[in-house]
Amino acid sequence: MKSHLLPDYKVTIDRETCTVCRGCVIQCTFNVYSFNKEKNRIDIDANKCVDCQRCITFCPENSITVAPTPIQYKQNASWDRENIRNIVKQAEAGGILLTGMGCDKPDFTFFDRLLLNASQVTNPSIDPIREPMELRTYLGSKPSLVNLTSTGESWTDISLASPQLQVETPIIFSAMSFGSVNLNVQEALARTAVSSGTYFNVGEGGLNPRLNKYADHLVLQVASGRFGVHKKYLDAGAAIEIKIGQGAKPGIGGHLPGEKVTEEVSATRMIPKGTDAISPAPHHDIYSIEDLSQLISVIKEATDYSKPVIVKIAAVHNSAAIASGIVRAGADIIAIDGMRGSTGAAPQVIRDNVGIPIEMAIASVDSRLNQEGIRNRVSLIAGGGIRSSSDVVKAIALGADACYIATAALIAMGCTVCQKCYTGKCPWGITTMDPVISRRLNPDIAAKRVENLIRAWSLEIKEMLGGMGINSVESLRGNRHQLRGVGLTERELEILGIRMVGS
Amino acid sequence: MPTMHASSSEVYTIDAQGLDTRHLNQAVRKSVNNGHREIELLNVTGQRYIAAGLQGDLQIDIHGTPGNDIGAFMDGPTIRVHGNAQDGCGNTMNSGEIVVHGDVGDITGLSARGGRIFVRGNAGYRTGVHMKEFQGSRPIIVIGGSAGDYLGEYMAGGVVLLLGLGLEGGVHQADFVGTGMHGGVIYLRGEVRGIGREVAILDTTEEDRRFIEGLLKDYTKHFNVGVKDVGEGSFKKLIPVSSRPYGTLYTY
Ligand code: SF4
Ligand code: SF4
Repeated sequence: MKSHLLPDYKVTIDRETCTVCRGCVIQCTFNVYSFNKEKNRIDIDANKCVDCQRCITFCPENSITVAPTPIQYKQNASWDRENIRNIVKQAEAGGILLTGMGCDKPDFTFFDRLLLNASQVTNPSIDPIREPMELRTYLGSKPSLVNLTSTGESWTDISLASPQLQVETPIIFSAMSFGSVNLNVQEALARTAVSSGTYFNVGEGGLNPRLNKYADHLVLQVASGRFGVHKKYLDAGAAIEIKIGQGAKPGIGGHLPGEKVTEEVSATRMIPKGTDAISPAPHHDIYSIEDLSQLISVIKEATDYSKPVIVKIAAVHNSAAIASGIVRAGADIIAIDGMRGSTGAAPQVIRDNVGIPIEMAIASVDSRLNQEGIRNRVSLIAGGGIRSSSDVVKAIALGADACYIATAALIAMGCTVCQKCYTGKCPWGITTMDPVISRRLNPDIAAKRVENLIRAWSLEIKEMLGGMGINSVESLRGNRHQLRGVGLTERELEILGIRMVGS
Repeated sequence: MPTMHASSSEVYTIDAQGLDTRHLNQAVRKSVNNGHREIELLNVTGQRYIAAGLQGDLQIDIHGTPGNDIGAFMDGPTIRVHGNAQDGCGNTMNSGEIVVHGDVGDITGLSARGGRIFVRGNAGYRTGVHMKEFQGSRPIIVIGGSAGDYLGEYMAGGVVLLLGLGLEGGVHQADFVGTGMHGGVIYLRGEVRGIGREVAILDTTEEDRRFIEGLLKDYTKHFNVGVKDVGEGSFKKLIPVSSRPYGTLYTY
């Protein structure tokens, strides 16, 4: 069948400066370039280009330009380029359209309409360079009562203290499984978690032995596929996360196609090589809050109540009520993943149409738990679309204890958000299992870049806190007085629990 | 790691009467940490998660009715239930054996990766759901009687053997058997009401029959019944037709 797809990008090489070094032929994993021996030049097949910028970054002569193609479908506000392209692709292949990374639609970002406060005259601001500023926080269930008993000379705390995760900065690396990203990426994140005093969630793909030495800084997932979940796995991490849903694809399962289940993926997931690794949409043992409570309890029993259990849900319409149920089911931490959350592969129709933005979800969950008097029983992690230190600060002011980030960490490593992760050909060596392309990602350099990012964001968070006259991140949690909204409706402001700028 | 004391050969008895789930399991873990290898639980009345996550060569005899998720994440122990077990028996277990002298509830052997579960009587819905197999370890579930709908759903590996003892009219109530199955095998005696579209029913081979015979022998041993009690009649096998059931679902 002749394809009717028009190219997305125009790729040009400046023939004046090009030395025909063939670097681009090697760098482009989508086979856009080929070396034409007869003409001693680089041929270009722009149809295959995904605009990942790899060739541009590595062209020693700066000879390459990749730009949106001037070729347009006939202008039509309703039948826009994306709608037409999707239909053409589906007419030619007849399947569900896949995509990678998070929702790229405008309109779903409330962070940009929130503004932070700063102290003036009264309640003076704090200079974080000279004065102590606490970014450390503890995630886990806090007792409702402090129960002290006296032995005559001293007091002992007999409140049933739950295990806590101590984070030095309120930024945690969200679930990225082995299979969706390769081991070099996982190792870089694990190392950064150790050096930055935070955690890396290894996702649902099991724990590769190469990460064992970082186990104290790992969050391990139990998802519907139960891949690689066994007693030693549960014992290994600092916390266990039950994955119910994911912001990029709420309500649906996933599957790693058989061809990606290589020897090593098979060993880590503990499944046969070459078979589809299917993560069903629901857990087979969870159909109610009561069932969830059982999975939480059985994990706590199997680990002797030694570590916090996180329950991760996608932000959806009833998140507040669901979160209330999750607290009552005994979770120590709830992670809420907004609709802009990323993924290695998701049906585009789900990614872009299902769920709600994290700002609304975290605000409504925090309000609801406070109203019910159970907010202390759980910590909240907000994820899905956290792009900067100010997003972190705003999420915390809306009610989160800490944030999950993933895309930001991958961008720090090299990712250009080309959204082609599901092809397994990531030109930056991140979301590919190909042993040769994976080598493009040097874990030492990647760890350094991500560490720099965490350091930079932490410094910025301190600046913002200091400006507000607050000296600890815990005092910012749910402190919505520090936020004002701009360009939002009354109802939006009400749900966010904030006032309009100027009021 | 639990501290290992000199192993004790005596049976350590715990009376579960009046103990809630958490305290009963605490008592079990404590006795294991103290080196007991044979443990007997009396008067069990629905306490959940018994033996969850226990490892090594342990024998646990349970008198009464344990609650859900018995032997979850278990790696090694042998559990004998002198009564019925409930839902999630052997949930995500890695190795070991659970022998139930009665019936079991739903999702028996959910996501198990190894070990064996023998049930004298019947099983509920979704037995063996998403079982896997990995590097020579292969979970096996043997059900003496019948099983409910979605038997072997999403199965990615392992074996379910359904004996159909006492089955009236020769037809199991189970429908949608093997839905989403992409690995492993289900041996059936008797008809089922319907099967998933990912599977096919075939005749057993000589090799299958030898394998089944071995399991039948174990069944007779576990439940102290004669060879003639495990019934006559041949088995069919149900296997997936593809290990890639969703291969053509997506457009790249
Ligand atoms: S796909 Fe990436 S590397 Fe290939 S031509 Fe396009 S921008 Fe360059
Ligand atoms: S991880 Fe790789 S494939 Fe995915 S968006 Fe980033 S650069 Fe593209």
